Amino acid sequence: MTSTGFLLPDLEDPESAPFWEGCARGELLVQVCTSCGARRMPPRPMCPRCRSVDHRWEATSGRATIWSFVVPHPPLLPAYQELAPYNAIVVALDDDSAIRFVGNLVASPDGAINEIDPASIEIGDPVQVVFQQVEDVTLPRWVRA
Amino acid sequence: MLRDQTAIVGIGQTAFGKGLPDSELSLACQAISAAIDDAGLEPAAVDGLAMFSMEDGREVEVARNVGLGDVTFFSQIGYGGGAGCGTVGHAAMAVATGQCEVAVAWRARKRAAKASRPWAQVSSRISGHWQWSRPFGVLRPVDEIAMLTRRYMHEFGATREHLANVALAFRKHANRNPAATMHDKPLSREQYLDARWISEPLCLFDNCLETDGALAVVITSAARAADLRNPPVYVHAFAQSIPQQHQVMTNYFCDDPLLGPSHACAARLWAQAEVTPRDVPVAQIYDAFSPLIPLSLEGYGFCARGEGAAFTDDGALEWPDGRLPTNTSGGGMSEAYVHGFNLVLEGVRQMRGTSSSQVDGAEVCLVTSGEGVPTSALLLRR
Repeated sequence: MTSTGFLLPDLEDPESAPFWEGCARGELLVQVCTSCGARRMPPRPMCPRCRSVDHRWEATSGRATIWSFVVPHPPLLPAYQELAPYNAIVVALDDDSAIRFVGNLVASPDGAINEIDPASIEIGDPVQVVFQQVEDVTLPRWVRA
Repeated sequence: MLRDQTAIVGIGQTAFGKGLPDSELSLACQAISAAIDDAGLEPAAVDGLAMFSMEDGREVEVARNVGLGDVTFFSQIGYGGGAGCGTVGHAAMAVATGQCEVAVAWRARKRAAKASRPWAQVSSRISGHWQWSRPFGVLRPVDEIAMLTRRYMHEFGATREHLANVALAFRKHANRNPAATMHDKPLSREQYLDARWISEPLCLFDNCLETDGALAVVITSAARAADLRNPPVYVHAFAQSIPQQHQVMTNYFCDDPLLGPSHACAARLWAQAEVTPRDVPVAQIYDAFSPLIPLSLEGYGFCARGEGAAFTDDGALEWPDGRLPTNTSGGGMSEAYVHGFNLVLEGVRQMRGTSSSQVDGAEVCLVTSGEGVPTSALLLRR
């Protein structure tokens, strides 16, 4: 368990480390195949379209729309249970609607994940990425656009 | 082709409960032993084993405890609830190809056992695909499926009333099954609609029952089955699937996330069969969560895409008069959740004519495993 009690990514994971490094710089990156140009999320070693292992990371606009959302209630791991009920969302990038991220809708970059009234959330709502540092990790989160 | 070459000739199970004192291995051995007895065979006759990878016990321990003979085939299938029909299918394939003569497939589960609850295995940092969901509080299987459910409701107009249809049908069946955890507990639509949330839009009664218990089946050739004490229940068809670009549970990243693993599994299953969905009068469909039923009804071809929720109206899933009595023992939501393996045994009982909610004259039964994970399915025939 981490010191805050949140489940955080392993920054040593070679497939995903560039993504998390991008977040630390305030950039939402997507892996792009250097050979055929296909974007892929989550990141992986090989392009499923052309089988190239060559890739680069490109910044996105960070603009997206809500694709779905849930409102978890207890029982949950303690750090999350303290905040429940909270929202978790899946967003589709405006740049490429096939690229989706899981996150939370918040009112401000450092806001809590339970500060938005879940009844106000709708699929299709436009959102914009923001970033919050938790321990040594920077997480992407979403505010209303 | 595997068609009708093998048959399930024995079934066995332990009691279901919470906090059973026995270990997962002990429960497995008790269920396997009961299934061998039911088949009228001796343990020394068993030479094939197929199990879930997500289990504490191991083949060598089962063989040493139950007193099996020389085992010449053993296989494990991953992905939790997707594995159930897969273990039976692998055992059947092994018998049909001569790798063994009598095989056992089983599932034992202790809800307290760490290996049975992957989401509770909290390590300090997350790598692999869970890092894209768990940091944001999508922690449990119910959260993961609720995300797809909300989208399904949005795209196809499904409602909580549809999910209630599922929960109430399975509870009614459990109320008729003395072995079911919820045998003595009726459920009303009002209770369903007033229930506490677990992960909106899913409430308490949209969830399966975490259960301790074990179940096993014995599979042998159709020729040998003819000489045994029980009417043979033939493995008519079997299929597995990992659909294109599928991601386990958090299948949010492909082009069409609501096109679940059942679609690809169904294509192979029906291609192996002499029957079509129209010919199937009873089904046991994997129900860790109620929305998996409409998704699977669509996947296995009982209705078109987007029509699975409406299919559940008018008591369609209820014994005895529904279009497709489903989970006739109560399923994972009201009998027991033993990773869906109890659905296999209920399929066998329907084909033997011994279900507590027996569908008259049923000659074929569909059994499915997990929707939302790499999956498997069986068509059983009497």
